[in-house]
Amino acid sequence: MKWLRENLFSGWVNTLVTVGLLFLFVATITALFEWAFLDAVWRPDPNACREAHGACWGFIAEKHRFILFGTYPFDQHWRPALATVTLIGLWVFSLIRLFWRWWLALVWVAGLALIGVLMWGGVPGLPFVENGRWGGLILTLLLTTFGIAFAFPLSVLLALGRRSDMPVIRALCVGYVELIRGVPLISLLFMASVMLPLFLPQGMTVDKLLRAQIALILFAAAYLAEVLRGGLQAIPKTQYEMADALGLSYWQRTLYVVLPQALRIAVPPLVNTFIGFFKDTSLVLIIGLFDLLSTIKVALTDPKWIGFGIEGYVFAALIYFVFCFAMSRYSRRLETHTGGVQVGARAD
Amino acid sequence: MRRLAYQAAAVGVALLVAWYVVHNTVANLDERRIASGFSFLEREAGFEIGESAFLRYGASDSYLKALAVGLVNTLRVAAIAIVAATLLGAAVGLFRLSKNFLLRTVAAAYVEFIRNSPLLVQLFFWYTLLTEALPPPREALQPLTGFFLTNRGIYFPVPGSVPVLGGFNFSGGMALTPEFATLLIGLSIYTAALIAEIVRAGVLSVRRGQWDAAYAIGLQPRQALRHVVIPQALRVMVPPMASQYLNIVKNSSLAVAIGYPDIVSIANTAINQTGQAIEGVAIIMAVYLTISLSISAFMNWYNARVMRR
Repeated sequence: MKWLRENLFSGWVNTLVTVGLLFLFVATITALFEWAFLDAVWRPDPNACREAHGACWGFIAEKHRFILFGTYPFDQHWRPALATVTLIGLWVFSLIRLFWRWWLALVWVAGLALIGVLMWGGVPGLPFVENGRWGGLILTLLLTTFGIAFAFPLSVLLALGRRSDMPVIRALCVGYVELIRGVPLISLLFMASVMLPLFLPQGMTVDKLLRAQIALILFAAAYLAEVLRGGLQAIPKTQYEMADALGLSYWQRTLYVVLPQALRIAVPPLVNTFIGFFKDTSLVLIIGLFDLLSTIKVALTDPKWIGFGIEGYVFAALIYFVFCFAMSRYSRRLETHTGGVQVGARAD
Repeated sequence: MRRLAYQAAAVGVALLVAWYVVHNTVANLDERRIASGFSFLEREAGFEIGESAFLRYGASDSYLKALAVGLVNTLRVAAIAIVAATLLGAAVGLFRLSKNFLLRTVAAAYVEFIRNSPLLVQLFFWYTLLTEALPPPREALQPLTGFFLTNRGIYFPVPGSVPVLGGFNFSGGMALTPEFATLLIGLSIYTAALIAEIVRAGVLSVRRGQWDAAYAIGLQPRQALRHVVIPQALRVMVPPMASQYLNIVKNSSLAVAIGYPDIVSIANTAINQTGQAIEGVAIIMAVYLTISLSISAFMNWYNARVMRR
């Protein structure tokens, strides 16, 4: 009773807001519930869908294999499925603090090797599948994983360079970071897809997937570098002075004193940047790669299933939501654990 | 001495990479017989543009004019979205701090749902909603008198002119194309969720004692918010808000995915027609860098002003 009075009916304005919202809330929820469940069609039958008033989940039921795995050979779908599970497993494993040890890198190398074998095949029992046929969820996850894996070391160098006392190095790093952050990701993807072939010597070609991956790495590195710079700035000056007093060289000081502390501070905002990057990989659709969103868009062009875009995009949003929400909860928990109070919002 | 060597090496590597890229590019352009330089800007574009504000444009106009139309379209949608996202975001951010449980829960749900899915998915969702779920003009929805929602666009009255159904579509009043409306709604709703978090963090950053002091001198909660808390919260909020405004401008480039003729989609068409990818991408980047730098310059100036108070 006390809770109700304090939280819902503490004054006449508040009561009015509560009643109004409750009314709106009930109306919206019932309408949504009717659309999504009561009037929905679950069978993969386009004609039944067209007659019904509700959602057509039959579209998802029929197309889910294509949406999740793209044009990967149909009878081999267990391979990307297993690869997806492995990759998600690797991520979950790495989020546990207890496993933040040097051997985590070995676990990753082994895991990624397994995924590579599963996806490409070419070993006895697994026919070769070229990466032009990869698609769906696994492509989104792979672009994110490799994007972060390669961008991260680059971003460490950029962040250190930006804090360096050598003017030329600093200028180069500032120039790179600000240039990348000043332009939209699409322009980088365009650059990778149409200009990169011109930059390379004649006869040397890079496939479309790798070109997009390079653009994503260059993009992520600039944003991660800014987050790391924040972590570096939070290290008190005395830490530098003490390291110098011990007679450590620049690299010893950086590797053993500064970076470990800066990374620890930067983990929550780093996770938030990862989330933003995961969402941003959906832009590869624009240069014609078959990521999760792209397979849904293609599935929607099937003449039998035209007009069920809402269901398709809600499904896409739900998949992205599960990943992003889990990560953001995790990052919030880390914040309370490390005891750092973070002012400002997520950097995405 | 070591410092000098490091820096010289860095410059050397950068120059070497640049030389290598330029060298290859020149050879490749020669090989493929692609012209270079910006003289194509004077040539006739030869394509129509779906919508153009302020500028009159036809297919016989030059590429330069077409790009100008794209730039105006980018700035138009970004400017309106910045205002809309700020208002909506500020409201949602304050709602999240409301004493009313229902209000703050609804606001929190909004923020979580919106910021945890990609903007591109949301744009496709809105576009489908606006073009497939809305009725044709003859059966237009009319939520308010004079406001018509149709699958060919949104029509509303302006002083001196009212939309009227004639033939297959409306005329008169003001019209928003489905593409423009999608981009505006998508950008505003998405960014508002991020702005709400900034506003919330900003208000929370003001110490409890400031509220107490405001009440002690007899201010009402609303007055305390307006005169004591917000001026202090603004200091924390300005830098992250600046980066959200930049994000709106940059994210407006997703227009290319739904067919709104912004600078990126027009430059993209020009690239496809002329093959001059380098010039096209260079134009896109130059435009965005200019906008980004102008916004950060303005925000730095504003920040300095807020800090002085």
